[in-house]
Amino acid sequence: MPATTPGCDAAPVLRERGQREVFCGLTGIIWLHRKVQDAFFLVVGSRTCAHLLQSAAGVMIFAEPRFATAIIEERDLAGMADCNEELDRVVDRLLARRPDIKLLFLVGSCPSEVIKLDLTRAAARLSVKHAGVTKILNYSGSGIETTFTEGEDACLAALVADLPADTTDAPSLMIVGALPDVVEDQFLRLFADLGIAPVHVLPARRADDMPPVGPHTRFLLAQPFLGETARTLEDRGARRLDALFPFGAEGTTDWLHAAARSFGIDEMHFRRVIAPGRERAKRAIEHSRDRLAGKRITFLPDSQLEVPLARFLATEAGMIPVEVGTPYLHRRHLAGELALLPAGTLLSEGQDVDRQLDRLRAARPDLTVCGLGLANPLEAEGLTTKWAIELVFSPIHGFDQAGDLAELFARPLRRRDVLRV
Amino acid sequence: MQLTVWTYEGPPHVGAMRIATAMQGVHYVLHAPQGDTYADLLFTMIERRGQRPPVTYTTFQARDLGKDTAELFQQAARDAYARFQPQAMLVGASCTAELIQDDPAGLAEAMRLPCPVVALELPSYQRKENWGAAETFYQLARRMCADTVPAPRPDGGRPTANILGPTALGFRHRDDVIEITRLLDRLGIAVNVTAPLGATPADLARLGDADFNICLYPEIADTLCRWLERRFGQKTVRTVPIGHGATRDLIAEVAAIAGVDATVALDTSNLPWWSRSVDSTYLTNKRVFIFGDATHAIAAARVARDELGFEVVGLGCYNREFARDLRVAAALYGVEPLVTDDYLAVEAAIQTLQPELVLGTQMERHIAKRLRIPCAVISAPVHVQDFPARYAPQMGFEGANVLFDTWVHPLVMGLEEHLLTMFRDDFEFSDAGGASHLPSAPLPLAGGVGGGPVSTANYDGTSPPLTPPRAEEDLWSADAERELLKIPFFVRGKARRNTEKFATERNLSTITLDTLYDAKAHYAR
Repeated sequence: MPATTPGCDAAPVLRERGQREVFCGLTGIIWLHRKVQDAFFLVVGSRTCAHLLQSAAGVMIFAEPRFATAIIEERDLAGMADCNEELDRVVDRLLARRPDIKLLFLVGSCPSEVIKLDLTRAAARLSVKHAGVTKILNYSGSGIETTFTEGEDACLAALVADLPADTTDAPSLMIVGALPDVVEDQFLRLFADLGIAPVHVLPARRADDMPPVGPHTRFLLAQPFLGETARTLEDRGARRLDALFPFGAEGTTDWLHAAARSFGIDEMHFRRVIAPGRERAKRAIEHSRDRLAGKRITFLPDSQLEVPLARFLATEAGMIPVEVGTPYLHRRHLAGELALLPAGTLLSEGQDVDRQLDRLRAARPDLTVCGLGLANPLEAEGLTTKWAIELVFSPIHGFDQAGDLAELFARPLRRRDVLRV
Repeated sequence: MQLTVWTYEGPPHVGAMRIATAMQGVHYVLHAPQGDTYADLLFTMIERRGQRPPVTYTTFQARDLGKDTAELFQQAARDAYARFQPQAMLVGASCTAELIQDDPAGLAEAMRLPCPVVALELPSYQRKENWGAAETFYQLARRMCADTVPAPRPDGGRPTANILGPTALGFRHRDDVIEITRLLDRLGIAVNVTAPLGATPADLARLGDADFNICLYPEIADTLCRWLERRFGQKTVRTVPIGHGATRDLIAEVAAIAGVDATVALDTSNLPWWSRSVDSTYLTNKRVFIFGDATHAIAAARVARDELGFEVVGLGCYNREFARDLRVAAALYGVEPLVTDDYLAVEAAIQTLQPELVLGTQMERHIAKRLRIPCAVISAPVHVQDFPARYAPQMGFEGANVLFDTWVHPLVMGLEEHLLTMFRDDFEFSDAGGASHLPSAPLPLAGGVGGGPVSTANYDGTSPPLTPPRAEEDLWSADAERELLKIPFFVRGKARRNTEKFATERNLSTITLDTLYDAKAHYAR
């Protein structure tokens, strides 16, 4: 660990509200449905919801995805009873057509919440009907409740409530947060080499493989946006291991170290096991370091990954964070991260997009991380951008992705320099 | 409730955004929850615009509900006016805000903003994107020119026309406008206003000055054109100039209304000669399936049959507002009209008809890819590659050239594929080489997207249910099956179907080599 210089852990946070240029939690379905292979996500919403999923999913929409929208129509709005019957009809037909589905999420949206369609009761009712074949859970991915990655948080929190109880007395480790399979496998190999067992992941790849939870469960958050999931796990007696998030060589080391300490792994053994990966990560980051060092970067709020990524870029790639915006700042989970951010970094939570863009234009950083609705307009103003959603879809965690992660930020800068048009 | 994965159209407020984004000096304040800003990226990514759409979202959240969403709306409208100083503002609600009933119209009126404010009523649970665009365009234009008095044409001035309908996110609208403007210029006709694309609210106030209107995209402009006929007595040119013949028809119609000489503009496209040249003979009676918005689908059918010599075997559209026009056109070609917004119904129709070419939207492109049928895109919705950097109109004479190349290209690729297959046993062609433009692994003919979890409840009965073409596999003898594989992939599906039908009709228990060729002879055209 680098020595803690005066960081941002006590810095004031600029809290803003106004127009927010962000996705809603429904977007999380796009990567969650890839992760849990026999789960299906049924959004109960409007044509707008379907259109959003279509826009966010890109060509994935053509690949027989395991999600769909039950579009509320005029006649559904006439009376509540009708709406529930309609939903039952839709679910029955869906499950008849897709008997391979073992877990169905009814996903609430803005319209379904405003008309107070009770999806919790609907899920309970339908669970009884389809008992033994398909489990039916519900959560809200609505824009009025959730921002982008908070959709995963809401989904995992719903899963936690349904996890089997762990009745054994032995401690176990749970990795919490949907990671690309390749990254998950790397972590599982490292924990095995360290001698930590059993290790579970949430969410598991299959519905009937979800991990048990109990008072001896210790968990590591793999993602910074899992506040509600962590709270629900703690309610069931599990204990969170505090650590940096596993981005870059240092972040990954600290994250693994928290587990090793908790499981009483010998310090020398820990160093030996992680040394090769840690060295590989550092070498890989070096490739981009020249391009990144000394460059100023601003994050507009998107995924809650902003703070750990700014920490990684500052401590391992020599970048200078100007403003780090996040849709929601979970101080407790990010305490270690904030302490490592250079003093003077402006932290902002929430958004008033026009005011934030005014600050951005005044600061003119070398690189701006933002959503796709803003990226091209900012490029047209001469600012170099990195679109944020890629950071959620690409494998970026762990030692062996550290170089790729740095490269994601270096590439727009390199492109800016090579173009002669 | 309608179960859906893919939607051909977005919600109506996206249509309103298309109008606002197309114009200059308009700002749209949309009462909408956090997240609805996703629609911005349609414009910044798919159309690759370098500016944000002129839309302010109130982005209310759960904690705002029940107390101050109305105040939030007024604050957003005030801030938007102060920052952007628009000539006119649109205000309205998205689907969720429609449910909380804050009444943007009343709230905006109470604010007495110093510019015209048009309140939009866009029923999200009944209507869709195109309707929203048409309604927005109509309401805004009507507001801007309701009380205007048309300026008289100066002595000796050229006749003038409005070009109405091109929007942001419109399929090839940018280049169609250039092409039609050029054509009018050749006829000696000046364009008074092109709207909404590139127009300001002040321009809309001058709509009455023109002698007549060209309704370039009926989906967007028809409502307004009808009103302008009543308000200013302007005539409307309704020919959609897609294809060589339709372009000539447009010229004739415009010349008659404007009283100018048509012959000066009867320039020509390359299409007639390209199509008559012997290289095109193999296009004769190619079976083509056409689907898209009604305007583009109907226009494409005429080009397909009359200008390329195809046989139209299917014609459909997803926008019900123009179902009547489509049914009339379908009767012209003797095919069942397919009016549906359920892509599974479209897939089923394509699978049944086994056309040799599909002309459709982005969705039909993917259906055709799965079924290994050549395909070209003729209509929105489209993806980023169909907002090209190069000049690529669909309309006018250059548009006809573009259509010829675009539609014939996948077929030429099909022939290349066929030649490669024929010669695949030759040593210089690797058997594993595969297709030049298609995935080399064989794709399943059945199921596909149709295996997806989507409702079949909306089938209108005109399209048969999905039947797996390989269901009767045991009918086939080994040598017939081998022979079938020698038939090029793009007609193989049809050959298989025809042969099986032939065998079933004759109660044959096995399809032999002879059955295959008997069927071929039977169905030979």
